Amino acid sequence: MSSEDAAAAAMRADGVAGLRRRYARRYVMGRVALYAMAVMAALVCALPFLWSLISAFKQNQDLYNPDNDPFVFNKPATPDHVRYLFADTGFPTFVGNTLLVGTAVVAVTLLLALPAAYSLARLDRPWGTPMGIGIFLVYLVPPSLLFLSLTRVVVALGLADSLWSMIVIYPTFTVPVSVWLLIGFLKAVPKDVEEQAMVDGHSRLGAFVRIVLPLVFPGIVAVVVFAFTLTASEFVYALAFVSAAPGMVVSTGVPTQLVRGDVFYWQSLQAAAVFTAVPIAFAFNLFLDRFVTGFTMGAVKT
Amino acid sequence: MSAAESSGRARKVRLSDREGFLAWAMLLPSVVYIVALVGVPFLLAIAFAFSDVTTGDPSYHFVGLRNFRAIFHDGVFWQALGNTLLFTAASMALIVVFGKILANILVADFQGKWFVRFLVLLPWTTPVALSSISWLWFLDSIYSPVDWTLRRLGLLHGNVIWLGHSGTAMLSVVFVQAWRLTPLAAVIVMAGLVAIPRDLDEAARVDGAGYWRRMFEVTIPLTLPVIAVAALFGAIMTFTDMTVPYVLTRGGPTHATDVLASWAYFRGIEGGDVGQGAAIALFLFPILLAAAIAVLRAVRRLGLR
Repeated sequence: MSSEDAAAAAMRADGVAGLRRRYARRYVMGRVALYAMAVMAALVCALPFLWSLISAFKQNQDLYNPDNDPFVFNKPATPDHVRYLFADTGFPTFVGNTLLVGTAVVAVTLLLALPAAYSLARLDRPWGTPMGIGIFLVYLVPPSLLFLSLTRVVVALGLADSLWSMIVIYPTFTVPVSVWLLIGFLKAVPKDVEEQAMVDGHSRLGAFVRIVLPLVFPGIVAVVVFAFTLTASEFVYALAFVSAAPGMVVSTGVPTQLVRGDVFYWQSLQAAAVFTAVPIAFAFNLFLDRFVTGFTMGAVKT
Repeated sequence: MSAAESSGRARKVRLSDREGFLAWAMLLPSVVYIVALVGVPFLLAIAFAFSDVTTGDPSYHFVGLRNFRAIFHDGVFWQALGNTLLFTAASMALIVVFGKILANILVADFQGKWFVRFLVLLPWTTPVALSSISWLWFLDSIYSPVDWTLRRLGLLHGNVIWLGHSGTAMLSVVFVQAWRLTPLAAVIVMAGLVAIPRDLDEAARVDGAGYWRRMFEVTIPLTLPVIAVAALFGAIMTFTDMTVPYVLTRGGPTHATDVLASWAYFRGIEGGDVGQGAAIALFLFPILLAAAIAVLRAVRRLGLR
């Protein structure tokens, strides 16, 4: 080996090491940037809730003093306002109503959307694709265009001020999006599974009910959570259909009943927001990955 | 086993095996439901727009274009239309940019990802009326923590009164709307990001493309259809939504944040003039139709990939 070769090899080794160092540095910087971004995103999204949580336990003299630091307790914390929310307001009723309406709407949604999604995903008809897109587009028709006439429909059906008004109307926006998601999950099930089931003596319908449905169960749960979230957030219909407090849900009851004229029960309002937000976000997060895959599959394969 | 029984069973099996029958039977309930409670009310809304129906007097009289003439002569309608377009365009721009950034963060691997995702989802999973109420406090004219922070930083004396001036009121409404819909946009964009074949990104990396180059020349072009879907979802939900303006400002100060949907609500439900309310709400439709066609084309492109 000549000395020139050795020098070249050393230089090359040096270059490789340098490159590695550069990559390592770039990697570390990338990680640091990622963590910084993640923390910032979490703060921007969740800071208002942190504020709400702190405010909910503040005494009046603490909250209603513009010079007090809004991020800390300047006076001892008090559970009074949270107790007031649960004991002396309609909040427990609103929560009960929301759960009741949500459960019923989810049930109706699944009963309608599951067969429809299966029909569009598997029983290949020439009208399958346009019909699928048509149902999806219904989701884009907004409540603000329909609430005037739907209010008349609800009154004509004698459902005004009753929970049934919401149970009957809410599936108009949960069914389309659920069909869309379920198509994605159903298409992920290999066709052989059904064919095998039919060879084993199940009818086409039987194969769907007994074999396919259990396989897409995780997807169904994701749809349930999503539909429930939509139902709990709905505001315009609930406001237009129900004007009596006992029939109100959280999204309308809290803003209308915990505000008396100009008097806002601020601490109780903040507590209501946090206590409603956290469980739903928790449930949604559990099924986020499922939801994401469902959205892609529905989109890519329809 | 008798012949009749076995032939009966055979017919039953055949009915639940016939795909053409099944396809219709399984789809029909949804279609009937949607036609009855979306299609019919939609036509009814159009009919209301040409009538003098009020909440006090529900009998139907055709009045031609009277409602439209009335709303065209009303300055508030044009202001609401302009506000709606501004509200939608501004929040959509924010939603798309931040949704994309958020999606990129959420698909990466890092410690505590579960908790970050949970926090990030909060604005979207909270019923919008409740989060708007919380914001009402944060933007309060006297006790606003935002003002307190600004004062502490020496950037402000006194109070901004966010919801009391037309400019800051619109800014607040746009910001809250973007804040609440960004997580949904992020989730939709995530769906597009996870669908990108990994080897494509790897290949670009091997070819020496840096992070930003990969971002702008590989990731963004490939996820463009999904980003378009997210943008249109955001646009439609913003365009037709009245909750944030309704709760935060009630359309004020002096209609500065009134949008078509809230104006239709004030006129049609609170004012009782169903005909005019319907005529106002109907103006949402041509723009929605255009948006729907755009969604359709984005979805098509998504399907071809």
